[in-house]
Amino acid sequence: MESVVNRPSAQRKRIHPYKFILWVAMGSIVMMFAGLTSAYIVKSNQPKWIMLDLPVIFSYSTAVIILSSITIQIALKEFKERKIALYRNMLALTFVLGVLFIFLQLLGFNQLWSSGITLRGAGAAPFMYVIFGLHGLHVVGGIIALLIIFIKAFSRRNRSYDPISIEVASTYWHFVDALWIYLFIFFMWIQ
Amino acid sequence: MSNETVIHSLPDTASTHDIEPDGHHGHHKESFITKYIFSQDHKMICKQFLITGMIWAIIGGLFSVLFRLQLGYPDQTFPFLEDFLGKWAKGGRIEPEFYYALVTMHGTILVFFVLTQGLSGTFANFLIPLQVGARDMASPFMNMLSYWFFFASSVVLLSSMFIETGPASGGWTSYPPLSALGDASLGSNTGMDLWLIGMALFVVSSLLGGLNYIATILNMRTKGMSMTRVPLTIWAIFFTAILGVLSFPVLLSGFILLLFDRHAGTSFYLSDIYIGSTFKALPNEGGSAILYQHLFWFLGHPEVYIIILPAMGLVSEVMSVNARKPIFGYMAMVGSLFAITVLAFLVWAHHMFVSGLNPFLGSVFVLLTLLIAVPSAIKVFNWLTTLWRGNLRFTPGMLFAIGFVSMFISGGLTGIFLGNSTIDLHLHDTYFVVAHFHIVMGVSAFFGMFAGIYHWFPKMFGRYLNNTMAYIHFWVTLAGAYLIFWPMHYEGLAGMPRRYYDFSPWVSFNNFQGLNRFISIVSIIVFAVQLLFVFNFFYSVFKGRKVKTQNPWGANTLEWTTPINPGHGNWVGEIPEVHRWAYDYGKEGREFVPQTEPVGANEQKH
Repeated sequence: MESVVNRPSAQRKRIHPYKFILWVAMGSIVMMFAGLTSAYIVKSNQPKWIMLDLPVIFSYSTAVIILSSITIQIALKEFKERKIALYRNMLALTFVLGVLFIFLQLLGFNQLWSSGITLRGAGAAPFMYVIFGLHGLHVVGGIIALLIIFIKAFSRRNRSYDPISIEVASTYWHFVDALWIYLFIFFMWIQ
Repeated sequence: MSNETVIHSLPDTASTHDIEPDGHHGHHKESFITKYIFSQDHKMICKQFLITGMIWAIIGGLFSVLFRLQLGYPDQTFPFLEDFLGKWAKGGRIEPEFYYALVTMHGTILVFFVLTQGLSGTFANFLIPLQVGARDMASPFMNMLSYWFFFASSVVLLSSMFIETGPASGGWTSYPPLSALGDASLGSNTGMDLWLIGMALFVVSSLLGGLNYIATILNMRTKGMSMTRVPLTIWAIFFTAILGVLSFPVLLSGFILLLFDRHAGTSFYLSDIYIGSTFKALPNEGGSAILYQHLFWFLGHPEVYIIILPAMGLVSEVMSVNARKPIFGYMAMVGSLFAITVLAFLVWAHHMFVSGLNPFLGSVFVLLTLLIAVPSAIKVFNWLTTLWRGNLRFTPGMLFAIGFVSMFISGGLTGIFLGNSTIDLHLHDTYFVVAHFHIVMGVSAFFGMFAGIYHWFPKMFGRYLNNTMAYIHFWVTLAGAYLIFWPMHYEGLAGMPRRYYDFSPWVSFNNFQGLNRFISIVSIIVFAVQLLFVFNFFYSVFKGRKVKTQNPWGANTLEWTTPINPGHGNWVGEIPEVHRWAYDYGKEGREFVPQTEPVGANEQKH
């Protein structure tokens, strides 16, 4: 009995290892983008640097990903309050917004590409394609995680009230959101 | 165990239950596949890393023997080489392209596949849960993925050796433009792509592993195991994992940009340079090859500490156990590991003194580089004072630990020469550099790894390695390593450049021909002795003398409180509680006091 009584308090004191792994992994991802953006800064000081104006579509995608961050936060809150129907809806909405974000990013790429800004030549454009593309891949990873959680939310066999997977997913989702805002501001200001 | 301890340790085991509902106790059925292949048991994953690493070490070592044949006997032919290598050794003489491929693969294999994942993967997996008192890693599944990504990257790199244009041949650093242009050399074609893909998979593997190591060390320690009580092996692996997690992503970003330059026509590293083989200038503009060097060495320098730190940890532990003395200056050891970790990120440009680096910036990097001598010297001092007036037991593990210190001093001293940009201008890319990093990083790390293998083999396999073969292995390797690399210092000081295929047309280096031949002969002998070790290893796994006692070395750490052949979950009952640090040797008249023993009433507490 002793252990059953003590369990919640023992759990509360320590961070769950999966969450901790996620935090270290986020540090690792930050290093990757720090490497890329500092390469950008180094190169932007060299001659023949061509500047880049981001199309307005990236502002829309920024709005979409910020919105999705809010919806996943609501989903997490609903889950903790055991309002499962609302939770499923909010999770679905986040998933749709995530897919929409990727779609808008591709649209933005397409728009730039058709206006003649390709990977050729010096300047900000090739960096933009690589950095935004890698960020997009990280968002896709988050979308896949959401999809798995979404399917689990509808599973009849496996009804879990353990919030750890949705907590990890929401933290990661906020992270790719914040990462995008950093990259967006970076490309707007540092030319 | 007292009643109180049982009650206190219960919540801990309960919380481990919560985290891994399926992982342990060993009463679930295990098939051959879940036990030996897709295993999630950290001890099996450790053995997978170790044996994969050993296979790579044999391949990488064999490559060095092959190119030493060329360097030692540039005027002779070896017809048997043509039988093995076909068109790469026409007429029994290694082709120049293949020579460069051999050098490149030797470096890549030994630096990454053997001394990074072979060493860290083995001992982090084995020692972290056993020494901090956990049933398994924080995420056993990620741990398994880490090995299988390593396996996949191994397959990709190995496959690159069998393609028509041969494996990558631009050096283990793969500097562009050589690595970015297929026209630049044979190995810059498909071989280079496979190298990059293999390395990308390798980075994923090492990140998955590193995340797990950090999370396990910080979150899964047993009751009483505070960070100031963990053995130094754990501290060393912890800092190694931090280095890897923070520096490998930067290398990956460098590789991604390189892949784009190779296949998408971007100009990150390439500019409008003129290519001799096609008689045309490149269409690229604005790229900078130096950018790659910055991205590469931002990993590349921490990488050498990723290699040496685990070896330092293993040596500290093995040395203290076998000197029957506490490690001297435990906190100084931790502090110097930390200092090395921080400095590792601030010295990368000392690899680039001759790249046109601003001399003022260079002088900053000289200062930071020479600062590394301080924590390194602290560590050496502490090892020597641990040995001082110790009750030494010369087990094979202990001999390799002492050999490590010898190698680390010899190799470290030449680092002071190379860290000075003024001297480096002369010594850059000569055999002096080859001698320096082989002794301080290559041989030292191997000695640390051997110390670890000889010391923990009884725990891994429940049997002992054969001591006679072990002593032959040690003495020949120690003498051989010095005989191979010591003469290279003289060659390097005389200006003999590294990576050259044939020195015989170069009159000023003709007097080194005998020395080169001598080095080649010794390297063949040393390689043969490593094969003796491999034989000893596999023979002893099956036929070695059985371990009869739980704690054969009389060590304090937790892994020796497990059964002789621990199952998945490590401890049969609860995980033991820890009451003291790991180094109570020769304390108050007792030879050793295990960590699990409560502190007595009249005892001084740690």
